[in-house]
Amino acid sequence: MCRKTPLYETHVRSGGKMVPFAGWTLPVQYETGVVREHMAVREKCGIFDVSHMGEILLKGEDAVENLNRILTNDYTTMDVGRARYSPVCNENGGCVDDLIVYKEAENLYFIVVNAANKDKDFAWIKGHIEGNVTCEDISDETAQIALQGPEAERILKKIASDAAIPAKYYHAVFNTQAGGIACMISRTGYTGEDGFELYCKSPDAPALWDKLMKAGEEFGLIPCGLGARDTLRLEAAMPLYGHEMDDTVTPLEAGLGFAVKMGKENFIGQHKMISAPERMRIGLKVTGRGIVREKEELKLPGQDTAIGFTTSGTFAPYLKYPIAMALVKKDSVKPGDIVMADVRGREVECEVVPIPFYKRKK
Amino acid sequence: MNIPKNLQYTKSHEWVKFEGETAAEIGLTDYAQHELGDLVFVNLPEAEDTVTAGETFSDVESVKAVSDVYSPVTGTVEEVNSELLDAPEKINEDPYEAWLVKVKDITAKEELLSSDEYEKFVEEEKAGQKEQ
Repeated sequence: MCRKTPLYETHVRSGGKMVPFAGWTLPVQYETGVVREHMAVREKCGIFDVSHMGEILLKGEDAVENLNRILTNDYTTMDVGRARYSPVCNENGGCVDDLIVYKEAENLYFIVVNAANKDKDFAWIKGHIEGNVTCEDISDETAQIALQGPEAERILKKIASDAAIPAKYYHAVFNTQAGGIACMISRTGYTGEDGFELYCKSPDAPALWDKLMKAGEEFGLIPCGLGARDTLRLEAAMPLYGHEMDDTVTPLEAGLGFAVKMGKENFIGQHKMISAPERMRIGLKVTGRGIVREKEELKLPGQDTAIGFTTSGTFAPYLKYPIAMALVKKDSVKPGDIVMADVRGREVECEVVPIPFYKRKK
Repeated sequence: MNIPKNLQYTKSHEWVKFEGETAAEIGLTDYAQHELGDLVFVNLPEAEDTVTAGETFSDVESVKAVSDVYSPVTGTVEEVNSELLDAPEKINEDPYEAWLVKVKDITAKEELLSSDEYEKFVEEEKAGQKEQ
């Protein structure tokens, strides 16, 4: 049983190849194909339906105290309209999910979580909040559309005022409009390009999508599916829950230490991260013949014991070579070292490279 | 959906072009390349390798996944299309020109479909997918 987002009919009409994902039916690509969709985002602009993601509202005087105790990042000082990324840990320091928290107003926080973990996250938050705070799952009423690429701002300016458009990365404007449709506009994304994520009421999503498509036509805007979403985030070395981290991986092992504030008085999982992590996340460029995917064992050349395994991998359409991310024993390798990946029984040579693989030009 | 009349087909979406009784070219059909999406990598056997009817002899990779390619015949690889190693997208662009291997000394073959039978088979597959 797969749920449909408010944009289902739009995708079918646009020739979307519909597939099941996290309990939803979404387009993995359109007739354009993953490679062209990926390149459109890097060179012009792409539009994505991300309505399957979850949205949770946290309200009350004790909201900040709860955020600080349940999440690893620090939410003490935050202006209205700011967004801040954080992992969520369990008592063992493993990751429950990673998410973004927006300060919508004093004592009102808008939290965006992965589609696959929405129910789990809501139950987790609800089960751990204390004091003067409530949480509400508003996922079903909320749709999300991502507009990503160097032309994104130019396109959005055609249907939204300057005041509606956040000027800086990880900033958002709440209770505004685009094309006359009520929405929140966030300058965030999962592609490594400049861009926006627009949140609106579910019934308004098709109209908002159409307005954006129309505005973007002259700039080469095309709809993009989940396939391109994955290749884009991987080139930008952005982690994906269930791959780079899960409930057996701490955020420190996953390279997310920038969002873990050990100086906080107390947060769930903190005591498990006092000692240095034993694993680390690395980037790999495939130098041999083959495409390295997830869950492939890695060994140093000529050695029998594995140093770790890949967590994600694909052919990178912009870079034009296969790349992968992996979780390996801390300090077992450094950039420039060669490791061998076991690809369906065959050894494929890879070079350890710094991440991100791709960084957009400012 | 392009299904040339002069070729024969397998249910695993390969096409075969016989040259006499014992030699043939093998490739992927238009339906196959469309389903696979943008191909970014091809693994081919080498000349003089044996291929066996019904068994995999190659795999192709799209951005998202790996797919096995099955041999419709038993024989020896005469030549591989090495162009495809650097340009796997040729299979998407021109599936009936982008042969994967040429096979000689063919001694057995799988049950093959005519273009009409394959067309019908593909229609049934597509109808089956729509129900999901």
